[in-house]
Amino acid sequence: MSTPSPKGRLTRDEVAHLAHLSRLAVSDEELELFAGQLAAVLDAVAQVGKADVADVAPTTHAVPMTNVMRPDVARPSLPRDVVLAGAPAAEDDRFRVPRILGEEA
Amino acid sequence: MSADLTASTAADLSTALQAGDLSSVEVTRAYLDRIAATDGTIGAYLHVDAEAALQSAEAVDAARAKGEELGPLAGVPMALKDVVVTEGVPTTSGSKILEGWRPPYDATLAARLKAAGTVLLGKTNMDEFAMGSSTENSAYKVTRNPWDTDRIPGGSSGGSSAAVAGGLAPWAIGTDTGGSIRQPAAVTGLVGHKPTYGSVSRYGLIAFSSSLDQAGPMTRTVLDAALLHEAIAGHDPLDSTSIDSPVPVLAESARRGAEGDLAGLRVGVVTELGGDGHTDGYEPGVLARVAEAIALLEGMGAEVRQISCPAFDLALPAYYLIAPSEASSNLARFDGVRYGLRAGDDGSRDLDEVMALTREQGFGPEVKRRIILGTYALSSGYYDAYYGQAQKVRTLITRDFTSAWDDVDVLVSPTSPTVAWSIGSRVDDPIAMYAADLCTLPASLAGVPAISVPCGLSEGLPVGFQIMAPALADDRCYRVAAALEAAQDAARGHALLAGMATKENAPS
Repeated sequence: MSTPSPKGRLTRDEVAHLAHLSRLAVSDEELELFAGQLAAVLDAVAQVGKADVADVAPTTHAVPMTNVMRPDVARPSLPRDVVLAGAPAAEDDRFRVPRILGEEA
Repeated sequence: MSADLTASTAADLSTALQAGDLSSVEVTRAYLDRIAATDGTIGAYLHVDAEAALQSAEAVDAARAKGEELGPLAGVPMALKDVVVTEGVPTTSGSKILEGWRPPYDATLAARLKAAGTVLLGKTNMDEFAMGSSTENSAYKVTRNPWDTDRIPGGSSGGSSAAVAGGLAPWAIGTDTGGSIRQPAAVTGLVGHKPTYGSVSRYGLIAFSSSLDQAGPMTRTVLDAALLHEAIAGHDPLDSTSIDSPVPVLAESARRGAEGDLAGLRVGVVTELGGDGHTDGYEPGVLARVAEAIALLEGMGAEVRQISCPAFDLALPAYYLIAPSEASSNLARFDGVRYGLRAGDDGSRDLDEVMALTREQGFGPEVKRRIILGTYALSSGYYDAYYGQAQKVRTLITRDFTSAWDDVDVLVSPTSPTVAWSIGSRVDDPIAMYAADLCTLPASLAGVPAISVPCGLSEGLPVGFQIMAPALADDRCYRVAAALEAAQDAARGHALLAGMATKENAPS
């Protein structure tokens, strides 16, 4: 298993890349601030690496459960107008979204 | 019952309402008046709808007058943390990204409290998406601790703690992911209980870290906490992690506990949480109050021993990997499409750009930090070292609990290493802020129930005592907490909250 370097540094460029992956248009000031703060946080959380976990199974959930089944019975959904009332933009009884392809607007 | 309605316990209000000695309108109005008078200073609420509250109260009074069969909580006012979705009532989770959103449905616990006839006073302030320990991460406002308005009320359920401690609600619902019910309860002199994971429905709670989030009561007494817990607990088919087994009898456990007989109860004091060699960061006043509480338990017949849980030392780093990882995934739903804010949609930008601008504008700094950290911990190349390793540490923590239960019935510790700190003093230092959760994280990661009950004052500020029990044995938390509460109240001559004297808030 790979071990994080004890000084798990996060560079400004890495934070910018992670922000992009997270769809966050962070400002330059934030990049500067977060890179420093996250480096400190990473140093702290990297201590999990100290644990001897050979042969220890991961816990994903506090209560062991398998998939829960219920009868496949149709139930009423929320009315369309009620749901669309909460949307930032709606058109023709649908959510209106900005273009999703890269063509010129 | 106290002459001042806003200082009464919810149990007393319930009794008076059922006896017809008090109307719901009367008590609701008393709370609304106090909110109008003092919430400008305290800042507990994000939303109060006086008219709607009075209407609900009138409906209960009318039903009671007609002789309809009503439950014991009918007419008792309450407050909900703003992470709980409420049909038609603004719900923000403390974030600008949900400003003005009126949910189209009720969370299961909100629906249960509505069906029980409780009166919703309002929605309480919180750290944005429940990420924080001081409520200073709210996108809307600062909430102040009624004991000292220059100090934080804890977090993330700090609006709920300030409301109940300050007499702005008889009781409130909080949610706890890593300590967000217990720590704010501790620093405001309240009782706060995090139920066994899976025993209270998460349906309609805006998700932060789904494998950890639980809702629970924040109240002035242990009995009140048990009553509120019973009202919201139980299986819910709308939550796939909901446990389908009976809820233990809680209020009865609290009543029996208050009789003060703990003979035969085996109590383990967790060494790693403020014990020998583990006192760094703990205030001496906190440790002294906790030691006194342990002595009281012993005096009531409990057998006390030290228990070492070595993996608890790694609970903080494990939590601050697991919770941000789950949050980075959960918060992907805020995409500016279906609800909430949309920014930069001027026709020139595509969906990705609009999404990034929306999230940049809608989320505050702590939320962004955690999303970025979680994205990092889950990314290929780092997953095994961070998220995977943290999940294995989680297993070690659960094993420590399991082996402790061979020897003891409950584990105890301070709830938080310090009393309430000054507003602003930790905002620029995430690590210092995270340290407030040191003692509450193990129970969160293992999914076991844990209660915080007041155990006196240090420097004039409340200290919390934490009692942890095995999964589904929430009743033990209530029994022991009630015993401690009763013994302390008897020694003190009054409840801890009744001794509150603050600059802004003279004792009533």
